[in-house]
Amino acid sequence: MAIFLTADSKVLVQGMTGSEGTKHTRRMVASGTNVVAGVTPGKGGQEVDGIPVFNNVGEAMAATGANVSVVFVPPKFAKAAVIEAVDAAIPLCVVITEGIPVHDTAAFFQYAENSGKTRLVGPNCPGLISPGVSNAGIIPGDITQKGRIGLVSKSGTLTYQMMFELRDLGFSSCVGIGGDPIIGTTHIDCLAAFEADPETQVIVMIGEIGGDAEERAAAFIKDNVTKPVIGYVAGFTAPEGKTMGHAGAIVSGSSGTAAAKKDALEAVGVRVGKTPSEAARLVREVLASL
Amino acid sequence: MDLYEYQAKDLFAKHGVAVVPGKVCFTPEEAQAVATQIGTTVVVKAQVKTGGRGKAGGVKLADNPNDAKDRAQDILGLDIKGHVVHKVLVAEAADIASEYYVSFLLDRTNRTFLAMASVEGGVEIEEVAVNNPDALAMIRVDALVGCTLEKATEIADAAKFPAEVREQVIEMLQSLWKVLVEEDATLVEVNPLAKISDGRVLALDGKVSLDDNAQYRHEDHLALIDNAQTDPIELRAKEFDLNYVKLQGEVGIIGNGAGLVMSTLDVVAYAGEEFGGVKPANFLDIGGGASAQVMANGLDIVLGDPDVKAVFVNVFGGITACDAVANGIVQAVAMLANRGEPITKPIVCRIDGNNAVEGRRILDESGIALIERVETMDDAARRVAQLAAGK
Repeated sequence: MAIFLTADSKVLVQGMTGSEGTKHTRRMVASGTNVVAGVTPGKGGQEVDGIPVFNNVGEAMAATGANVSVVFVPPKFAKAAVIEAVDAAIPLCVVITEGIPVHDTAAFFQYAENSGKTRLVGPNCPGLISPGVSNAGIIPGDITQKGRIGLVSKSGTLTYQMMFELRDLGFSSCVGIGGDPIIGTTHIDCLAAFEADPETQVIVMIGEIGGDAEERAAAFIKDNVTKPVIGYVAGFTAPEGKTMGHAGAIVSGSSGTAAAKKDALEAVGVRVGKTPSEAARLVREVLASL
Repeated sequence: MDLYEYQAKDLFAKHGVAVVPGKVCFTPEEAQAVATQIGTTVVVKAQVKTGGRGKAGGVKLADNPNDAKDRAQDILGLDIKGHVVHKVLVAEAADIASEYYVSFLLDRTNRTFLAMASVEGGVEIEEVAVNNPDALAMIRVDALVGCTLEKATEIADAAKFPAEVREQVIEMLQSLWKVLVEEDATLVEVNPLAKISDGRVLALDGKVSLDDNAQYRHEDHLALIDNAQTDPIELRAKEFDLNYVKLQGEVGIIGNGAGLVMSTLDVVAYAGEEFGGVKPANFLDIGGGASAQVMANGLDIVLGDPDVKAVFVNVFGGITACDAVANGIVQAVAMLANRGEPITKPIVCRIDGNNAVEGRRILDESGIALIERVETMDDAARRVAQLAAGK
């Protein structure tokens, strides 16, 4: 088992014929992903590395049985691409694209919610990987191996850093949920899935400044998560009112600070590392004691 | 991007939100001329992107053009919470009967939009939310449906707007929603929304934040950018398309990925506590898949900051190849030497991940004495803090 992405996942890539799409399709295939189709409007009938390209998501799903879409299309076309995937009722849609206007994201998020059929991950995220099983997005497939740690993170490179720190122990699944103000799958969704996943024994949750997702995750952990959770929060030194790279990483007023998030997590018994390596040490301690 | 009041009001007027006539002025003489044109008592308002202007002496009434000139003279150059006033808005003074509040904003928690409205305007809305929460109506607005007549009516009635202004408020809410959607704003706020003595409801102040991601579909928003207020190093970084934020400290930071760079700032600040409070001097994210050229540009920017005493390059290569990062560092050092500005500040590097072995080899064999390679992020942070402290 793993969460969201399993051995049964058949991946299609929206925007596969673009340079980013082609590059990352090759990386996904190299890390063992079953990539069955590409979708680019007007390029149906072509192939990329022997993988057939279709004009739309519906055709690709009908012909190949694809059940996961990874979206690499540019920001301008991302909203239409996601709506097309939702209309085709794809169960999982992973939006890698960075720089999508938030009004577009709000619209396609609501559209997916209304459909009730599609789980969105992202946008502006590295995707998710179940090491040794499947890889949907841009997370390097060779950092680590299959194991017992579940990881959920707003940040791509911190995901890689944590996977690297704990590479000898391995991960069940790692989910990069993205740093935009509106995202599909949240920390809470991943915590619930890891709690239910028999393969996962400890959960690492990486947060960063902005919004109140970590505080809400803490409340959720208190009532719903029995597995040990280790936390890390980035952005203690970020000043108020300055956006730190991610559109969502901004402290406005008293809300959204790293200190408030750390306090909320610790209040429900989550041990929070001061640095990524300290968080990794805490994970080792917990796993050793199980 | 946050807008000035006068810019926000220009957008309001464009979408049919009622505002009082006025014009932005850069000199006392301009203020005098605009007051002459308006011909009534005017209000002279400091244009700064922060609250509390009134208390700081940044908003004054003027009975005649000469008075307007004097008030503008007083206000221009004022420092309001660290924001120096470079321009004032001169507008017709309104005879206020009641002050209300309305806004639309992005609701991250519920992943949709939110309308807020209150008949207790003219004060900090956060205070109303805390002291009298029942007086602040908060209504979700579906991104796909928008603020229809029905929704606007629901908001106005939830906030208990009195009958004599209800229709005007409902109309204004729909116009403000158009500002939010058509201008790709994440916040549209009117405080106060005022009923004036003749019964009209007007937006007397305005706050708008625009979504930078949507810039590509708003050519006209480029004109709203006020570079005079931006740090010169941030401006230069922008020309290179780099994601840079200037901070107050001594350690220059370069990394890849927003989360890792934020984390690096923290780790350096912790390490700096041991060395007399050394702090990070900037945030600089070279992004995913960065080339050698991007790395070289980043190093050029950070080394050009006179506050920087030492630099920390912290890269975890996911898509970014560490050999490209290493080549970028070596190229930047050579480029600066060719420009007659050989580097004088130590550069501590920690690189891991994709092609790290090759990247480390390139750095180790570069023969650049000021480059120091450290294996882990925590150790590198300690070393760079030590170097920046001159120890």
